[in-house]
Amino acid sequence: MSEILKTELLNVSYGEKKALKNISISIPANEITALIGPSGCGKSTFLRVFNRMNDFIKSCKITGDVYVENKQINQKNVVVEELRKKVGMVFQKPNPFPKSIFENIAYGLKVQGVKDKETIKNRVEESLKQSYLWEEVKDTLNESALSLSGGQQQRLCFARTIAIKPSIILMDEPTSALDPIATAKIEELIIDLKKDYTIVIVTHNMQQASRISDNTAFFYMGELIEYGKTEVLFKNPSKESTENYITGRFG
Amino acid sequence: MNKLTKIKESIFPPFALMCSFIGIILLLIFIGSIFIDGISRIDIDFLSNLPSRYADKAGILTSWTGTIWIMIFTALISIPVGIGAAIYMEEYSAKNRFNTFLEINISNLAGVPSIIYGLLGLEIFVRLSQLGNSVLAGSLTLSLLILPIIIVATREAIKAVPNSIRLASYALGSSKWDTVSNHVLPAASGGILTGIILAISRAIGETAPLIAIGALAYVPFVPSSPMDEFSVLPIQIFNWTTRPQAEFLTNAAAAILILLAITFTLTGIAVYYRNKWQQKIG
Amino acid sequence: MNAKGKMKKLVLHAFSKENIIKLLLQACALTTILVTLGIVYILISEALLFFNEVSFWNFISETEWTPLFPNAKYGILPLVCGTLLVTVIALSVAVPIGLTIAIYLSEYASIRTKKIIKPLLEILAAIPTVVYGFFALVVVTPFLQEFIPSLEVFNALSAGLVMGIMIIPFVSSLSEDALSSVPDSLREASYGLGATKFQTAFKVVLPAATSGVTVSIILALSRAIGETMIVAIAAGQHPKLTADPTVAIETITGYIVQVCLGDVPHASIEYKTIFVAGLTLFVITYLMNNLSFIIKRKFKEEYE
Repeated sequence: MSEILKTELLNVSYGEKKALKNISISIPANEITALIGPSGCGKSTFLRVFNRMNDFIKSCKITGDVYVENKQINQKNVVVEELRKKVGMVFQKPNPFPKSIFENIAYGLKVQGVKDKETIKNRVEESLKQSYLWEEVKDTLNESALSLSGGQQQRLCFARTIAIKPSIILMDEPTSALDPIATAKIEELIIDLKKDYTIVIVTHNMQQASRISDNTAFFYMGELIEYGKTEVLFKNPSKESTENYITGRFG
Repeated sequence: MNKLTKIKESIFPPFALMCSFIGIILLLIFIGSIFIDGISRIDIDFLSNLPSRYADKAGILTSWTGTIWIMIFTALISIPVGIGAAIYMEEYSAKNRFNTFLEINISNLAGVPSIIYGLLGLEIFVRLSQLGNSVLAGSLTLSLLILPIIIVATREAIKAVPNSIRLASYALGSSKWDTVSNHVLPAASGGILTGIILAISRAIGETAPLIAIGALAYVPFVPSSPMDEFSVLPIQIFNWTTRPQAEFLTNAAAAILILLAITFTLTGIAVYYRNKWQQKIG
Repeated sequence: MNAKGKMKKLVLHAFSKENIIKLLLQACALTTILVTLGIVYILISEALLFFNEVSFWNFISETEWTPLFPNAKYGILPLVCGTLLVTVIALSVAVPIGLTIAIYLSEYASIRTKKIIKPLLEILAAIPTVVYGFFALVVVTPFLQEFIPSLEVFNALSAGLVMGIMIIPFVSSLSEDALSSVPDSLREASYGLGATKFQTAFKVVLPAATSGVTVSIILALSRAIGETMIVAIAAGQHPKLTADPTVAIETITGYIVQVCLGDVPHASIEYKTIFVAGLTLFVITYLMNNLSFIIKRKFKEEYE
């Protein structure tokens, strides 16, 4: 199985505080990998290493090697905008632009340089269909995205991300701000996306991790404690802290 | 990303930086040329002469003394009323529709052109109250003009005082006025002082309202009472600027340097206090 | 307690130190209302007297304004036109520059850079306007005459350009506030899609702050319309209906100053003209200021 994402001895610190210590991990393509662990254990920081969103935090220092599609990304000569077109991101709180539904999705395409109106129109429709949102908004594409419900907005954010056809999608607790019904719809969507994309998802919800993911990585206090197939990790964790976290003794 | 976009993107930051400085650079050029023209004109005679038809004999004695009279009386009138209004709105008045109405009204007053205040002063203070074009009428007019500035600045300063100070005072059985005068106002004093200095600095730079109430440029004496006629530096500058002879322009340039010196000093003091105060409240 | 006792209590409270202080402070606050009433009263009462002698229709449709001449004409249009001409020139300087600065400060500049630039802009706003007027007449006009030989000594261009410089801080500071209020989550979403800072600033942040930026432009416009000394010194005293920035014109504010400098008897119609001009000015700026309040309130919930 190809390793589409890889880190070797990754260390991340914010000023004096060490957020991630010596993380070495390989994440396979076209599978869903879940990152679990208590608050503040570094899973969001780890996620953001792959699309260099940590660059915006001035005090953040990264050492070690990070590979996306076998290319080193943690170097100065990497064009970060190109990286982010390959590695998309969905955030915890839905953040649609205050534009129309259509424009929200078209934005990413225009930023990429796509100018042809027909292409844009088709891609918008395609991504809305893939996000299970098309039927609900096909007649109201020109209305403001802010008029949608929370769950719909998050599906719109998914559509926006997949419209530019990345190979990897990073998801930072994408359902934690949504109600159970909206969450269920999005979980369905994520499983569906697996065939075309590699997915890495940070989640607080262990039931979610065990429901949808193929692999799971358990982080604790900035260290990667255990990583393996979800079934194995949940049924037969090899580390004691993993077992304690899963069974709810802490976190 | 194509070449054109790349060029646009890399040009923007230095271009924007240039824009940020263009105003101040132009200002420096302007002030520089005024400086060259006017600095030699400033001497003891200039500062102590009365206005005159002859440019080389004319001086700014009446203007700067007039400015000081106006400054003092405007401060005396506007500061108590402005602070009083702000205290009422922040500490005494309930957050109801009337308070909102007061706020909107003050915001509107802040946006009224200064010459309209001049017209107000002309009718109410010069004519109806029969104060004539006196220092008092001028001060009253300018006080109304800067009142919104003082009120807003004082309210901001009072708002910044932590509520815990008030609660501690009330818990000890103090009355509202005791709390305000002994605890809130002292804590807010830095911000209030800054606001007052900036407001006064604005007042002494005003020309239009004083022209409207009839302050003249040719006043051949130093005011000795608030009922006297008067002139101020901005009006003297205006008057000399509109004379055709070049020597008067030199006079105007010199007077501008004096006015700018006063303005920058006051603004500098206000900024100094503001920084000190902001550091204090953390 | 009987009625007499209750009365006594009420009176004691009314004259208590606390209550008197409260009433004094309330009186201070109420002066602000008196000021507004005073302004409205004097403008309307003198304007009504004016309209006894000149019809309103004449006032708004006559194309000449010559109240100080024999065979006087009382059309406000030339003054409004002059005001507009200068204002448009001022805004065409202040808005592009001010917005550029605002975007730079909000999206690009480091804290250290901001600490240098912001005070410099405040200085621009602190200079007395009579000084700007001097610049316009004595420095800018001769300079421009090198390039435009037909430029008159008094003209709208110099006054407008200098006014534009004076107004830059208004546009930049209010717009910067509006841009900074746009939530970071939107920027994150944009960067996450591979957009650059430039694309994010112009295609996401600026559109999201449209109402705040509009408010800043309206307020700058209002300030320009009410500005007096720059135009009184540099723009001229020749009211005309023209779009030519190289000739002398007169603005509403310039006219009021012109009349106040002379000796105008109170009962005369010339006296009343300054109030009707003032009323026009007041109505225009009042409408603009309130329009901006409405826009600000209406779009407060813009992003959520």
